[in-house]
Amino acid sequence: MASRLYKFLDVTEKRLQSFFELLAGLTLFSFRFVKEVFVPPYEVEEIRKHMIELGMKTLPIVGVTGFIIGLVITMQLQPVLQRFGAEAFLPGSVGISIVRELGPVITALIFAGRVSSGIGAELGSMRVTEQIDAMEVSGVNPFKFLVVTRVFATTFILPILTVYVIFIALIGAYIAVVLVQNMTWEYYTGRVIFSVEFGDAIPGVAKTFVFGYIVGIVGAYLGYNAKNGTEGVGKASTTSVVVSSLLILVFDMILVKLTLWLWPIAK
Amino acid sequence: MVVIKDLHKSFENQVVLNGISMHVENAQNMVVFGRSGTGKSVLLKCLIRLMEPDAGEVTIDGKDVLSLNLKELNILRKDVGFLFQGAALYDSMSVRENLEFPLIRNFEYTQGKIDEKVSEVLEAVSLEGEIDKMPSELSGGMRKRIGLARSIITKPKLMLYDEPTTGLDPITAKEISSLILDLQNAYKMTSIVVTHDLLCAKIIADRAIVLKKGHIHSEGTIEELLSDKDPFLVDFFSDEVINKNGRD
Repeated sequence: MASRLYKFLDVTEKRLQSFFELLAGLTLFSFRFVKEVFVPPYEVEEIRKHMIELGMKTLPIVGVTGFIIGLVITMQLQPVLQRFGAEAFLPGSVGISIVRELGPVITALIFAGRVSSGIGAELGSMRVTEQIDAMEVSGVNPFKFLVVTRVFATTFILPILTVYVIFIALIGAYIAVVLVQNMTWEYYTGRVIFSVEFGDAIPGVAKTFVFGYIVGIVGAYLGYNAKNGTEGVGKASTTSVVVSSLLILVFDMILVKLTLWLWPIAK
Repeated sequence: MVVIKDLHKSFENQVVLNGISMHVENAQNMVVFGRSGTGKSVLLKCLIRLMEPDAGEVTIDGKDVLSLNLKELNILRKDVGFLFQGAALYDSMSVRENLEFPLIRNFEYTQGKIDEKVSEVLEAVSLEGEIDKMPSELSGGMRKRIGLARSIITKPKLMLYDEPTTGLDPITAKEISSLILDLQNAYKMTSIVVTHDLLCAKIIADRAIVLKKGHIHSEGTIEELLSDKDPFLVDFFSDEVINKNGRD
């Protein structure tokens, strides 16, 4: 019994230690990013290339997901609102849920699955095959060239993708509304625009800058510091998805509280 | 000239380099032998601070490498070429882009001048036809040649080779060794070559050292080392000969 307890404590201690090491490493890596992002050369061409590549890679999957989310949330909400005789609020409530929460978070989670793992695997592979060392020997700052450009690209492409997903989700929602209710496109968009306020749209999209940064920095950190050959590359890739998804949800919670404080919902 | 004095490097409790001191004259080819895990690659990486040594001194052409700041270190690195064990070609770039990379990043050449330099090094490694291929389309020997071409494109004064013939068949290994010697003669570079390959060493070495347990066990020409009656050297080189004959 005692040996089991010791073993459990030992395992818990090791896990806690690696968790705090990860947090500390990520924090230091973030500080280095902030320090280097303002130092020339700015690698604008690399950033543009990554933004296009990451955006195009994720566009179809987030589009399909957004459409389905819009459709499903409407189908779920309609009978509930009908029960309270509030069907007229359907476009507004769907619009607010998509703009404030579902659009940004779902897009960020899919983006994390697709991009964070990709960055982790790519940089991890470059690390274990000494490509990063080769870059350093060439007199090039690999952190600047590989990390800063990717993190910058993820930070600024995710908000664009989120706006796209919100529109696609609202189209999906309209199709669901038409299936259950007789409503014109003009009336639907009018109700959505009437219900969704500035204070809903701006924080919803603004928080995706933070999510984009998380996706980039986590993937880059784990890939850049990968070791132990191909096993390390695989680990960097999978851990990137888990850690970035978790951090997105944690920061979402914090940012929701913050935005509700800054832009309270009108009563 | 490269001078190393009392270089130490450990990883946690494992001592890898334990007081290495050596010097390499200009335009000399120095080969570093040693069993696996004796710190040969670590020694190369410490020379240009891809790894930070724990203690010691490294001087390249009179510059104290360990006291340079990053900017000064990057200037020094322009004069250093490094051929990595797996060639370390950038996977996402074509052969042309791999070769152009150090030139675009470090010099302000016109595109015409860059093209000229790329053609020159590709001709030197006899791979002119592969310019638009991706690294994944190249064989192991071709990758090594392109890696070599990328290393010499900036005309470095010092070349570091980490196991240049590992993983290659004997004929390709011999070709790469001869190519290294030809380039050495053409560009008059100082070279430090880490290898297990005795044939490669015989082709290119002016002098050689043998590492054992983190320090230099022996130093001399290949002939001197091969004729030495020291039990470790006899054992080490007989194994090398057996391995070589086995492969042949």
